[in-house]
Parts: sequence; C-alpha cells; structure tokens
Amino acid sequence: MEDQKNKSGSRREFVKTAGRLFLAAPVIALPVILSKKRDAKGFVWQIDPYKCTSCELCRTACVMTPSAVKCTNAFPMCGYCDFCPGFLRQGAKTYNTAAENQLCPTGAIVRKFVEEPYFEYTIEESLCDGCSKCVKACGDFGNGSLYLQIMHNLCVDCNYCAIARACPSDAVIRVPAGEPYMRKELKS
Amino acid sequence: MLFAGFFIWHSVVYAQQQRFPRPEFEGGYTFPEHQFLNQRGPLWEYMDVAVLVLTLLATSWMVLKKRSRQGLIWISLFSLAYFGFYREGCICAVGSVQNMSLALFNADYAIPFSALLFFIIPLIAALLFGRVFCAGVCPLGAIQELTGFRQVRVPKSVEKVLASIPFVYLGLAVLFAATGSEFLICRFDPFVGIFRVNAPYTMIIFGSLLLIVGIFINRPYCRYLCPYGVLQNIFSRFSMKHVTVTPAECRNCRLCESGCPYDAILQSDPPASREIKRDTKKGSLPYLLLIPVLAAGFAVILYNTAPALSGVNGKVRLAREIRLEKEEGVKAVSKAAVAFFESGKTEDELFGEEQQIAARFRKGAPWVGIFLGLALGIGLFRLTVRKIRTDYEPDRGRCFSCAKCFKFCPVKIKD
Repeated sequence: MEDQKNKSGSRREFVKTAGRLFLAAPVIALPVILSKKRDAKGFVWQIDPYKCTSCELCRTACVMTPSAVKCTNAFPMCGYCDFCPGFLRQGAKTYNTAAENQLCPTGAIVRKFVEEPYFEYTIEESLCDGCSKCVKACGDFGNGSLYLQIMHNLCVDCNYCAIARACPSDAVIRVPAGEPYMRKELKS
Repeated sequence: MLFAGFFIWHSVVYAQQQRFPRPEFEGGYTFPEHQFLNQRGPLWEYMDVAVLVLTLLATSWMVLKKRSRQGLIWISLFSLAYFGFYREGCICAVGSVQNMSLALFNADYAIPFSALLFFIIPLIAALLFGRVFCAGVCPLGAIQELTGFRQVRVPKSVEKVLASIPFVYLGLAVLFAATGSEFLICRFDPFVGIFRVNAPYTMIIFGSLLLIVGIFINRPYCRYLCPYGVLQNIFSRFSMKHVTVTPAECRNCRLCESGCPYDAILQSDPPASREIKRDTKKGSLPYLLLIPVLAAGFAVILYNTAPALSGVNGKVRLAREIRLEKEEGVKAVSKAAVAFFESGKTEDELFGEEQQIAARFRKGAPWVGIFLGLALGIGLFRLTVRKIRTDYEPDRGRCFSCAKCFKFCPVKIKD
C-alpha cells in the first residue's frame, strides 16, 4: 500500500512539473514572439477630419461618457457668418439666438460678436458630447470649419479604440504621439 | 443607389471648399489658435508596471509569509485607489487578454509593451505564489473584497455550474478580439463605470447589482464571470508555493470547514473513508477517452454557431443590413449604413470584407470549442483521479488567497 502511494505521489509530482513547464513556456515565449512586431508605442488615435462623415457614432461608441471626441473650430477657415448653419437650427421659426433655435443639443457653441457682420464661434468643450450635428451642418452649408477631434486629455488611449471599430468610414487612425492632432487648415 | 451614394459623397468632398470668404476684420481681430491638450507622459506606463510588480510582491509576502489579512486589506485599498480610481481601471490585466489575442492573430496590430507586461506578470506570479493577483492587486477583485461583508455559501452544484461561465466568456472574448470585432471584456466591465464615475446607466446598474450581491455572495464577478480568472485558475494549480490554511501541521480539527466563503477549502478525508475510497476508485480510463470526444463535439457546435457569432462584428452587421435592403427592400437606416453610403465605398468591397471576417470566425470558433471541450473533459477526468487528502488544504485553482481562513485555524506559530 505504501509503495503504491509513493508511486502515485511521484506521478502526481511529475504531472505538476510537466504542467508548470507547459504553462511557463508560452508565457516566456510570448514577449519574444510579440516583440518582433513593430511596436505600437508612440501612436495615438485621432480622427482624420477629411475622412469623417459626421455620422454621430463618435458620441456613443467611445468608452468614455461623454465621449472624448469634441468639436473644434478651425478659425482660419471659418466664415464668421451671422447666420451660422452650425449654430442655428435649420427651419427655426424665428431668427434669433434663443435656445430653441440653436442646433447644438447641449448649447456648447458660444457665439461672440466681433464686428459687423461677423461673429466668432467657439466650442465649450466641457459641454460638447461629440454628436457632430454642427459639424455636419457646417460641412453641408458652410465652410466646413467645424470638425471633430479626439481630445487627448480625455482619451484613455484604449489599445483598440472603440470609435475606430465603430467608425463606418475608417476615419479614426493611428497618428504619432508627438503630433496627436490633425488640424484642419485653410487650403489656398 | 450607387449613383445616389456617389452624389452624396461628392457633396461631402466639395463641402471642404470655402463657400464664404474669410472675413477681413478692421478692428484688429486676431484669429485665435485652438489649444489642444496633450495626454500624460509615457513615463506613467512604466510607473503602472512598477506598481503592479511591487503590489504583487507585497501581496505574496503578506499572504505567504506574514499571513496577515489586515495587511492584505491595506494593499487592496491601495490597489483599488491606484488601479481603480486613479488609473480609472485602465490598463488592467483582465482586459489585456484581448490585446494579447488581437496582437497574436492580427499582423497589423502591435501590442503596447505595458499591456503585454500586464498580461504576463500576474500569470508568472500565479505560477510562483498562486492567485495573489486576485487577492490584492486586481482593482475589480479589491472592490468586491472590500464590500463582501457577509458570507452566504452557494450550494456546490450551483457553484459548479456558474463557475463554468468564465470559460465560455474567455473563449468568446478571445475569439471576438482575435477577429477584431469587439472588446467584450472592456465593454461589459461592471466596475469600470464606478471607477470613472461615468458609464452607460445599464452598466452602472449591473455594477451596483454585482456589488450588492457581493455583500452576501462574495466576489461574484471573480467567481462567475472573470475571464482572466480562468487563466489564473489554471496557472495557480501548478504554483510553486501556495497559501495554506494552517501555518504548521493540520490537526484535522474541522474548524476551517466553514471559513471559506468561496468553498475553496478541500476537506481532509476521514481516516475511515480513506481505505474505502481507494478501493472504490472509479475507472478513470473512460473519462480520459471522453476528453477528445468532448473537444471534437464542442468544436462542431462552435463551428456551426460561427455565422451567428460573426454578427457581433459591426462590418458584418452593416453588410447584412445593406444586403437586406438590396434583396428584400428593407431600407437601411442605421447610422453605419448612412455613413457607408456617404463614404463612397462600393457594396462589393463591403461584402468582400464580410466574407473575410466570416471566414476568420469559421476558422477561430472551432478552437474555442476545443478549449471548452478540453476544459470540461479534464474537469470530469480530474474527479476520477482525486487524491486522498490527509489535511485541509485550499483548492489551488479556486482559492483567491484572500486569507479569510487564517483566523479559523487554531494552530498558531509564534515568531
């Protein structure tokens, strides 16, 4: 009986050691295999404003609530229109800046008078939820100076961006971390 | 339809042109420059890894050497504060499983070094000291550990059935990540919403419910959901050192029997039954032969569910919607569909991508089946080759090294 016990005991030990080696091998091997690949370090996610179709998915797809995607205004492109299509809702009954006439559902666009007839539009980022309604309207009827960007002070830099997966036009791309924003510039 | 799409695409492309001229201001207005804020420096990633290693070592020391539950609670509090509330639950080892899977099966994705280390280091720790990561380092474990006030034991049969869920969860999460479809674990992380104090309200409710359940049935996420716990479970079974119920020799006093809320203390066989058990040992050979049968069976089942599973992928869903519009005339109205029409991509391109993704699912799903079959088969086989125990000892797979059982053991060693 004692003999049998020893036998089964040593068998058990053998299985243990084998299992340990079997499990340790891939764990050691994984870094070696994966380090051969190009390191993704030094890249962050950003929206290419020229590919973006302002489909509104940025607002809901991001793991952050509200989304880390915010609207921003490229001032050199902006027309400073009095009748800004990004600021005023289409089909508004009266023409004034009352809340019901504004397009932005969160009231994140701040309108400031500069001089006749120009108005400056800035985005209050803490209110913006990246719904892209204004971006679409500005693109369709205005200069297209309003555009979406992933704000890197908010972005948690998921290794596989939820917006990139949801984006139907593949506009969310990896950009070098040294230059994490894709500004819209005035084309001459 | 194609033409309509083309025109919309055109309108989008030409929207970039300057419709209204740039105003020439007279009052000396200067164009403001938008200041974009940058992310925190890369140094912090190494800081995270350093904290991970240190907390793992501290937990191991506290549990194996000091045998102090008090100390473990302090470490848990720190981990919850740092990895949970300060780092907002990201990066975490539980989610890194998906990064790993995506990196292994996709040539164009390279895993960041910190994510790789977060995957590997806790597993090495499990091979050395058991599930110390679960005990004091994982923020998801810590928040449940600190809120588990009462202990209600779950019936063994229920426990066994529920404990099989993580295997399925792990299999599916790896499959979805490998096909680049979805990061399931991150999407349904119940506590990350609490750490970030923002989440879809459904996840907040789910997380709160788990915490409330966890007051009585301790660590429900770890036991019945956590996919990384499956790996920890397997690795911990082969650990070099592991926490023991008693600091010295077990006296078989049975006092610790009710000490474990997870039912992870394996009872010692009374001397009388030891001989009987040896004689009535069931034949284990049929169960050994059953393992490949189960693996093959599950592989077939998963292979057949692959088309349904591929619906998780957004591109596949979009392609199905577009096809439905084409063949049945049901209008495609989802945001993805609208954006697709605007993007100017052709339907053939989309359907081609759908085919590729579906093929990857067909390739990957049987492997998930094999994994599930092996897990079930080996689990059954292990029941037939049970070792006869002379001591009360923790089940190395399921024990979280939480140190709750220490106070039940009357054997004490003085320093």
